Amino acid sequence: MGYKAKFRVWRGEGGEGRLEDFTVEVNEGEVVLDVIHRLQATQTPDLAVRWNCKAGKCGSCSMEINGKPRLGCMTRMSTFEEDETITVTPLRTFPVIKDLVTDVSFNYQKAREVPSFTPPADVKPGEYRMQQIDVERSQEFRKCIECYMCQNVCHVIRDHEENKPNFSGPRYLMRIAELDMHPYDVLDRKESAQEDHGLSYCNITKCCTEVCPEHIKITDNALIPMKERVVDRKYDPLVWLGSKIFKRQH
Amino acid sequence: MTQTTAESAVRKQRAQIRVRTLRTDRWWLAPVLTFAGLFLFLIYGFWAMFDLSILAGSYIAPFSSPCLAAATCPEGARLFGFAPFGDWYTLPPGLLILAFPGGFRFTCYYYRKSYYRSWWMSPPACSVAEPHSKYTGESRLPLILQNVHRYFFYVAAIIGLILTYDAVLSFRDADGNWGHVGLGTVILVVNAVLVLCYTFGCHSCRHITAGRLNHFSRHPLRYKAWTLVSKLNARHQQFAWASMVSIVVADLYVRLVAKGVINFPFA
Repeated sequence: MGYKAKFRVWRGEGGEGRLEDFTVEVNEGEVVLDVIHRLQATQTPDLAVRWNCKAGKCGSCSMEINGKPRLGCMTRMSTFEEDETITVTPLRTFPVIKDLVTDVSFNYQKAREVPSFTPPADVKPGEYRMQQIDVERSQEFRKCIECYMCQNVCHVIRDHEENKPNFSGPRYLMRIAELDMHPYDVLDRKESAQEDHGLSYCNITKCCTEVCPEHIKITDNALIPMKERVVDRKYDPLVWLGSKIFKRQH
Repeated sequence: MTQTTAESAVRKQRAQIRVRTLRTDRWWLAPVLTFAGLFLFLIYGFWAMFDLSILAGSYIAPFSSPCLAAATCPEGARLFGFAPFGDWYTLPPGLLILAFPGGFRFTCYYYRKSYYRSWWMSPPACSVAEPHSKYTGESRLPLILQNVHRYFFYVAAIIGLILTYDAVLSFRDADGNWGHVGLGTVILVVNAVLVLCYTFGCHSCRHITAGRLNHFSRHPLRYKAWTLVSKLNARHQQFAWASMVSIVVADLYVRLVAKGVINFPFA
């Protein structure tokens, strides 16, 4: 059974813009992205929105719906009251290109700053031998669809633009953790995580975990374990002493 | 880092929406409740620290255990009958030990989340703007000291085991005969279990058992321990609150029995 929903959508370019009100038809089983597409088709043909798979797997249609970062294609209209005004805005942490489309190149830049997987020089591809339990911990992080909602919601850069040069954000700190936990990665990533990627800026308030559409436990399984590894390296005299006495390699 | 003109220009390229948040749910409720819960806990802890009603029969008040002061600890409350702080120490015994479990909770990753959100509003809730103009996280003093958490864990683990020992002792009656089970016994046992679940589900414990390793398959016993700790860790928040409530209930109960306020037959 269809009904008319009240939508308030942010329209504008380069940051300048406003919230515009619309009344639009909603049918049973639809998601917010369907309604945005109906707006495009019937009322605002120039409304810009990025989307692709409509199945919650490409991470393209990240937006803020009633103030919360959500995937437009995975947010059911049935979760709202029929008389509720639904506010849709672009991701607030990134520059706006147009309407709901943001420039997320900050994330690509941070991705390039993370050194890639570095196996031992004497082990060739095809010679890696490891057990499932050695890699399954970091396999959780491979579920990431790069929707950048964790980056968007993290207050370190959301509320403080000036931290962007020093902080890579949860998505790329998770990538560093994934590589640091890999049995065949030989790069020392702990100091770099702290010094170059701003791990210590994270105050573990878990918003990244709350918004992750893949339900990755970013904070508990990546960021905090990485913080503990940094403590091993930088702040724990017992670990340092043990490494000297037993000549353990990091 | 000073905000430059160029960065300000970048900031202006974001969607300019002049409200703190567009959230329509009751996002403020969780920080308010957390603030109230932690505040009440601190108030109680402050009172309990100075209260000297420590021992009721075989029940020992958890906030004062281990009781280490000869002058202020009754004979039955001393750990293994031992009181390393002699008669010269006349202050409440809780003052000697509460810094350790207090420090453990203060530096705990869950509690950090809770008070950063509810007390410091950094941020108060997800996608709600924080009121601070600058933010450096845990990258400098004093918050860089949060990294001592694992040392507090070592001490808190010992105190957790002592509370378990106290719970076992509560199966004795006031004359020292085993077989007694009162309401206090049940409360102390439940409290000990919750405290152990909270303490050994800690992120530092998870790291120490095997989290620091990259080859789990080479350390099967440590991997098994990590798996168990991970199960507790997944409910760390719940255990943090449950153990906080249980320790207040257990402590208050013992003190009220000791003061004679609670005096029914199966107390």
